[in-house]
Amino acid sequence: MKPRAFDYVRPDTVAEAVDILAEYGDDARIMAGGQSLMAILNLRMAEPKVIVDIGGHTAFKGIKVANGFLEVGASVTQNELMNWPDLAKTSPLLAKALPWVGHFQTRNRGTVCGSLSHADPSSEIPLSLATLGGEVVLRSKRGERVVAAEEFQTGMLSTSREPDEMMVAARFPIAANLKRAAFREVARRHGDFAILALAAVAETDTSVRLGIGGLADRPVATRIDASSKSAIADALGTLAWELEGSDDIHATARYRRDLLRRMGPIVIEEAISCAA
Amino acid sequence: MEVLGKPLVRKEDAALLSGRGRYADDIAEPKRTLQAHVIRSPHAHAMIGRIDARAALEIPGVVAVITGEDIAKISDPFLVAVKADVPQWSLAVERVRYVGEPVALVLAETRYIAEDAGEAVEIEYQQLPAIIDLRAAREKTSALVHESAKSNEVHTRAFTYGDPDAAFKAAHKIVKMTSEFPRQSFMPMECFVVVSEYRPADDSYEVMANFQGPFSTQPVMARACRVPGTRFRIKTPADSGGSFGIKLSVFPFMVLCGLASKIVGRPVKWVEDRLEHLVAASSGPNRITEVEAAVDKDGRITALKLDQIEDYGAFLRAPMPGPLYRMHGALTGAYAIQNLSVVSRVVMTNKMPSALIRGFGGPQMYLTLERLVQMIAREMGLDHLEVIKRNLIPAGSFPYKTAAGSLFDSGDYPRCVELATGGGRLEALMKRRDDARKSGKYYGIGFAAVVEPAMSNMGYLSTLLSPEAREKAGPKNGAVSLASVRVDALGAVSVTADCVVCGQGHETVLAQIVAEQLGLRIEDITVNLELDTANSDWSIAAGTYSCRFTPGTAVAAHIAAQRIRDKLSRIAAKQLNVLHTDIEFVKGKIRSKSNPDNAMAFGRVAGTAHWSPIMLPDGMDPALRETAVWAPPELTPPSHDDRINTSLTYGFVFDMCGVEIDPVTCEVKVEKYVSMHDAGRLLNPLIAEGQIRGAFVQGLATALYEEFVYDDGGSFLTGTFADYVVPTATELPELELMHIESPSPFTPLGAKGLAEGNCMSTPACIANAIADALGVENVQLPATPARINAMISGEEPARPAHVAPRQGIASAGTGGAKQKDARQIKGSGSVQVSASPEKVWEALLDPENLKSVIPGCHALEVVGPNDYRAEVSLGVGIIRGRFKAQVKLTDLKPNQSGRLGGSISGPLGNSSGTGLLKLVPDGGGTRIDYDYEVAVFGKAAAVGGRMIEGAAQIVISQFFAAFGRKLGGAPEKKSLAKRLGSLWGGKGTTK
Repeated sequence: MKPRAFDYVRPDTVAEAVDILAEYGDDARIMAGGQSLMAILNLRMAEPKVIVDIGGHTAFKGIKVANGFLEVGASVTQNELMNWPDLAKTSPLLAKALPWVGHFQTRNRGTVCGSLSHADPSSEIPLSLATLGGEVVLRSKRGERVVAAEEFQTGMLSTSREPDEMMVAARFPIAANLKRAAFREVARRHGDFAILALAAVAETDTSVRLGIGGLADRPVATRIDASSKSAIADALGTLAWELEGSDDIHATARYRRDLLRRMGPIVIEEAISCAA
Repeated sequence: MEVLGKPLVRKEDAALLSGRGRYADDIAEPKRTLQAHVIRSPHAHAMIGRIDARAALEIPGVVAVITGEDIAKISDPFLVAVKADVPQWSLAVERVRYVGEPVALVLAETRYIAEDAGEAVEIEYQQLPAIIDLRAAREKTSALVHESAKSNEVHTRAFTYGDPDAAFKAAHKIVKMTSEFPRQSFMPMECFVVVSEYRPADDSYEVMANFQGPFSTQPVMARACRVPGTRFRIKTPADSGGSFGIKLSVFPFMVLCGLASKIVGRPVKWVEDRLEHLVAASSGPNRITEVEAAVDKDGRITALKLDQIEDYGAFLRAPMPGPLYRMHGALTGAYAIQNLSVVSRVVMTNKMPSALIRGFGGPQMYLTLERLVQMIAREMGLDHLEVIKRNLIPAGSFPYKTAAGSLFDSGDYPRCVELATGGGRLEALMKRRDDARKSGKYYGIGFAAVVEPAMSNMGYLSTLLSPEAREKAGPKNGAVSLASVRVDALGAVSVTADCVVCGQGHETVLAQIVAEQLGLRIEDITVNLELDTANSDWSIAAGTYSCRFTPGTAVAAHIAAQRIRDKLSRIAAKQLNVLHTDIEFVKGKIRSKSNPDNAMAFGRVAGTAHWSPIMLPDGMDPALRETAVWAPPELTPPSHDDRINTSLTYGFVFDMCGVEIDPVTCEVKVEKYVSMHDAGRLLNPLIAEGQIRGAFVQGLATALYEEFVYDDGGSFLTGTFADYVVPTATELPELELMHIESPSPFTPLGAKGLAEGNCMSTPACIANAIADALGVENVQLPATPARINAMISGEEPARPAHVAPRQGIASAGTGGAKQKDARQIKGSGSVQVSASPEKVWEALLDPENLKSVIPGCHALEVVGPNDYRAEVSLGVGIIRGRFKAQVKLTDLKPNQSGRLGGSISGPLGNSSGTGLLKLVPDGGGTRIDYDYEVAVFGKAAAVGGRMIEGAAQIVISQFFAAFGRKLGGAPEKKSLAKRLGSLWGGKGTTK
């Protein structure tokens, strides 16, 4: 478990970072916290020629509220966001989701944008971004573009980021109708990849955004008619089969679907019952 | 008692907790040491073809690539206890028999270079059918793991004690069940480390390794290297990052690195990494036990019949099959059952070899016996606890001779049960259960009663031989323990002993024992447990295993300290002019009991023995050094009728727990856990508690978390800590510990082993509680939420008519409890193209076209008709690897169908598969339907976890998508988001 040789660059500015990406494209990889990338490198399951390390660098940090978004910079760690004093009132969903992300040791290094870029199908942060309908900001030498969550994550570990682009920020919507939130997940141990993760945001008493992680190859968010128990059950029953899920050594697809059908109503109820 | 029996904080902790431990990897290595990297088999069973190391040897810094052929020339296979032809060398010879089996060793100046070179070594394999399922392995038609052994069941012996047939005939009821114990291990934080150096001058090997013993393996290593034991020197480091039995299994690598050093003429170091450790270090054996009990009308068990089938994986490492026989004398557990029949079977499969592991046969046995007792209660409508009580060996019957020959030394089992269930504990649990059940929750109470053996009789394994064969070979028995105590000229005391540091706190307890005798503090005693076979006191029984420290090594240290005390008493008596019986040792003074003012400093008396032999009593040897040998007489060889006292001491554990199972998530929560222990006299209650808590966590791991998973093809699927789930602090319930002390009459200290009991009791106790909660008969461990779900969730709501089955993975919809064939990925799909079937067919047979549609294809070479070799880069997201691919088209029905078969291999692993293509005319164009089956081997399977199915699907669909695009069409691709409708206004991409 020793990585192949690679060049290591520590840029001081976004411009410097995107210059390297422009030069090396797919052969370069941004490392922010390294909580997934380092393991992948040590297992020799990726072979980037250049590692562009932005971890901990103040040039890539920053948490701010602007234009109806909570905007999180590229090297902001999960713990920095979790401990940001206004989080619970600004984005209750993130405040509830972040404690499920790994362990406090991994959150000390792991970053918000790194998790989004890695695009694990069961990760909590991509699920939160999808549920809130957020977006990410991608920068390259060619310029900057903003991509909606649902267009960003295209599949397992796959995103629509071009090889010369880096994610400079993630934007989580903070509209008033997104404050009643609930988050739950089931994993073999606390901090493990979710077998099923559910995020719910009650826009009204009868309409809930439900985000589902761990069932499909990417987080899936949909709007659920929560006007009655049977409407919820119907919607979840259909969703379970639409997303279907997969077997792995921790859980069967059947169990994942059962979890959605049983846990879904609880999470939806929990979101609705939150004080506005 | 001033020091012994006190809860003293461990002497070891200050260094360990401040980063000053001296672990094997911290020890400075000899100059010119080469770093080794082990190339391992990606296949469960295959013939090894050509090994081409030319490219690897060209890498600067690479010194050698050693293969099994090189090793077989200069070494012999390891000795095996069972009379079966299952040869094993330290590298695979001709054939690989499990995923992760060492195939070649790369030696280089650094580990990085060695791993680079490892990727450049090309090894051809011809795959053979993998023998994975334990039941199937026993069938006559099964392929063989070792053809030379003629059968996969390489050992079978049947034993009868008392008259079980008569008891079964007279039985009021017969209760039967099958128990299956999973394959798992316990994870040391520190993996294997070896530094071996061959010395040509005297043809000897010097090996430093974090080997834990038993040192009965030392002659096995020496024999493999074709040298006498004195020329295979083993040294162990001062500190250990955990062993749990697993560090026995470093021994083949001690030999391998030694032989490698002989070949290259330089010292060789190897540090095992976590992936290697998980995939191939060592496993506890999985076991299937068929059990029947004859029961009288009151629920008393009058006879037991056991058929134990144990899976040892691909090889039998000395001293296997230990787990099958270690408990032999104690097979009737805590119960007074005098009629017993048992069949013991050893079966080989294509899995990593099984070897030592904490609990060593006890967890397997007690899961069977304790689940059986619960089943008896259930089937007879009796209370589980009441059935336990009626069957327990009564108080006052110790020493108690069991049916199969164990001599249980002491105890009061009924009292332990009374105390643990008393104090309102059981009532509170029952109330909790009633309340939970009333509110619609699943709640169960479990019990387990366990006799915990310690210090194995070295003769127990010879029970596997027939009495005639034993007669011929000569009796084997006993268990030797050695310890030395020295006092220097200034009165400083040092202790060495025949145990190996595994982190249990032996230094502290040895210091307590010696300090107690000599009236000193533990700070005054220096303990060094770095064992060196060239100059330490050791025997074949040395090492740390089977809880032999407390009944064994500790006693030897006690005896040695007593002798030192006696000698010092006599020296002091002469100088103080008193009788030596009037001497006492108090707080660093040696003094007259009757006149405490008549005293000398401890150091002063000690100095006499060194500086002034003339002052010693007549006939006394100078110097102060005593080595004691402790060999208890109770450990006799197996009798003619196969009775064997398998261990010296037998502690008792009674556990009670309450579990709640969440009906929504199916998670099992251990709400309350009480563990009652009688381990005789406790030498250090704080260390005892630490040991019990550690064993409890591992018992909990067996019950709910840890399992080595193989798929049907023998691929190993739990190669990371994301997949092999070790419980962390977050998962631990509170543990209430209780003790009574029934001192063992068979050891001078009265103390018994206690560090394995909860590995044995906790899985059974939790399984019983789950059975009680759900009202089910079978509880498969680990009881994961998915398994619980399969037990309780009934028929799944049907797929709504308007939801079409997903393209792709076919297995996902079935979703039963079966998970093990997860890596045999099956799927299907279709692409619509505008070209006619004839055009599609032409494109399919065109190498240039194939090159452009095979994902990541760098080069394509035609080696025959419709037979290609290619170099490809494949992956998903950041995960990417280079592979060599073989692609072949067969079963060609022009313009209609064909089979696309092939395989890829590379450092990330291997994969092979076939796909059936059908061309269906559709309008003016063609619909290409495809079904595929893919198997994934090697690293990708081991660490791919949740991703591997999806990754295979992506790669395959990439091929067909590209193929389709080439022919003027696009796959029927409806993104999930589109299917569900764009949600929040579908902003899409904006500038």
